[in-house]
Amino acid sequence: MRTPPVTFPMNIGVLALQGDFEAHQRALEELGVKAFQVRSQADFERADALVMPGGESTTMLRILDEEKLEEPLLALAKAGKPILATCAGVILLARETRSPSQRCFGLLDVAVVRNGYGRQLDSSIRRLEPAPAAAGRLGSEPIECVFIRAPIICEAGPAVATLLADGDTPVLVEQGPILGITFHPELTSDRRIHQLFVDKVKASLQ
Amino acid sequence: MHHSDEYRLKVGLAEQLKGGVILDVTNAEQAVIAEKAGATSVMALERVPADIRKEGGVARMASISKIREIMAAVSIPVMAKVRIGHFTEARVLESLKVDYIDESEVLTPADEEHHVDKHAFRIPFVCGARNLGEALRRIAEGAAMIRTKGEAGSGNIVEAVRHMRTIQKEMKQLTVLGEEELATAAKNHQAPLDLIKIVAKTGKLPVPNFSAGGIATPADAALVMQLGAEAVFVGSGVFKSEDPERRARAIVKAATYFNDPEKLLEAHEDLGEPMRGIDIATLEETELMQTRGW
Repeated sequence: MRTPPVTFPMNIGVLALQGDFEAHQRALEELGVKAFQVRSQADFERADALVMPGGESTTMLRILDEEKLEEPLLALAKAGKPILATCAGVILLARETRSPSQRCFGLLDVAVVRNGYGRQLDSSIRRLEPAPAAAGRLGSEPIECVFIRAPIICEAGPAVATLLADGDTPVLVEQGPILGITFHPELTSDRRIHQLFVDKVKASLQ
Repeated sequence: MHHSDEYRLKVGLAEQLKGGVILDVTNAEQAVIAEKAGATSVMALERVPADIRKEGGVARMASISKIREIMAAVSIPVMAKVRIGHFTEARVLESLKVDYIDESEVLTPADEEHHVDKHAFRIPFVCGARNLGEALRRIAEGAAMIRTKGEAGSGNIVEAVRHMRTIQKEMKQLTVLGEEELATAAKNHQAPLDLIKIVAKTGKLPVPNFSAGGIATPADAALVMQLGAEAVFVGSGVFKSEDPERRARAIVKAATYFNDPEKLLEAHEDLGEPMRGIDIATLEETELMQTRGW
């Protein structure tokens, strides 16, 4: 894989409480960005941006709670730092979580149904074309979307833009500095989504 | 190596379970305790390995009503075990739509020569292994996750350590071999050459590598993770201890902070009594579970 030069340093943290955080780190490394693992308040404080990986949202929520990491996470979001949330990350950031309902942080104005497609046998890989409005940033080639026991975004507020949808269901949304993705771009070799995030981080630091 | 979408989804779920704890449970109540404690998944079974060891008899796939009750009780993935080689038990669990099947040496083997052809299933499988060759044979059959076997129901970490160290050492050794030496390595490990080549190149298994069999304390979990396990399975260690809820939470914490001694100390505060455990040397060869399967 070609490694493009990094024009200036950026501290992207990857929440590493549980889940496929190393896959995100590798994806960012392919883009020439060295990301570090976030497990403590100090880690949150030194991050310019945060990736929230896939994994089990119940597990992450309990550790965030027990280790008193909710506040540093909210502070990072409040400071307007970019966040890339995939799968479990979207469940944690949502305004409302259903089936079953679960505490969430309300940073992304969406309602999500957990395990919205069903169990593992209902997991799938779909090739979806970016919305015309997003073609400038994501290109028009279909994106390979790996849905694993994925949540479904069933409602999205007016400030939420859909960059990629499966029929009527948004699967990649943007609200200000936050990207919410119900699938796993870290499990493919297509780096367009991580590049989009790195571009957002760059822009936020300029 | 090119993989089908189906196989990528199987491995993909294993990826999501990394850094976590998969807990054995025998009813809905225990499953809820496990989920609340932060387990990433539960393994539904009739009896935990320590009881299987004690009570003897044939250990089979758990009853469907039991597994269904557990699936209904939690939102995290539910796994269940089948006997080695018992592909129709596996078809039953696939129809039931559990999330992962463990073809497990903890149950009484159904076939002493053949494992299940796991490529023939849409549902993902995890299998046990004691060394690299065994792990790669299971992957060749379609396993999407490997767990080292350890000695289930013993409460003794020594076998889990042995198996994890063995696999890690054998993988490291492959990385320094020349191309012409790999065919011999494949012969010695009794593993397919294409998989040997992948390990030689990456130094890792092509699927997630977890640890099982004997984990009873947070420090045990941290130990195998420092040795290279990417997540842990805990069987009897939690629900055979004095305070299962507290111990489950502590082991979950240890799986996240396995490299942080301060956090491990916190995890060990006020834990209550662990399960009693067995010195492996006192077990007869025929009492070992790890020697089931090849």
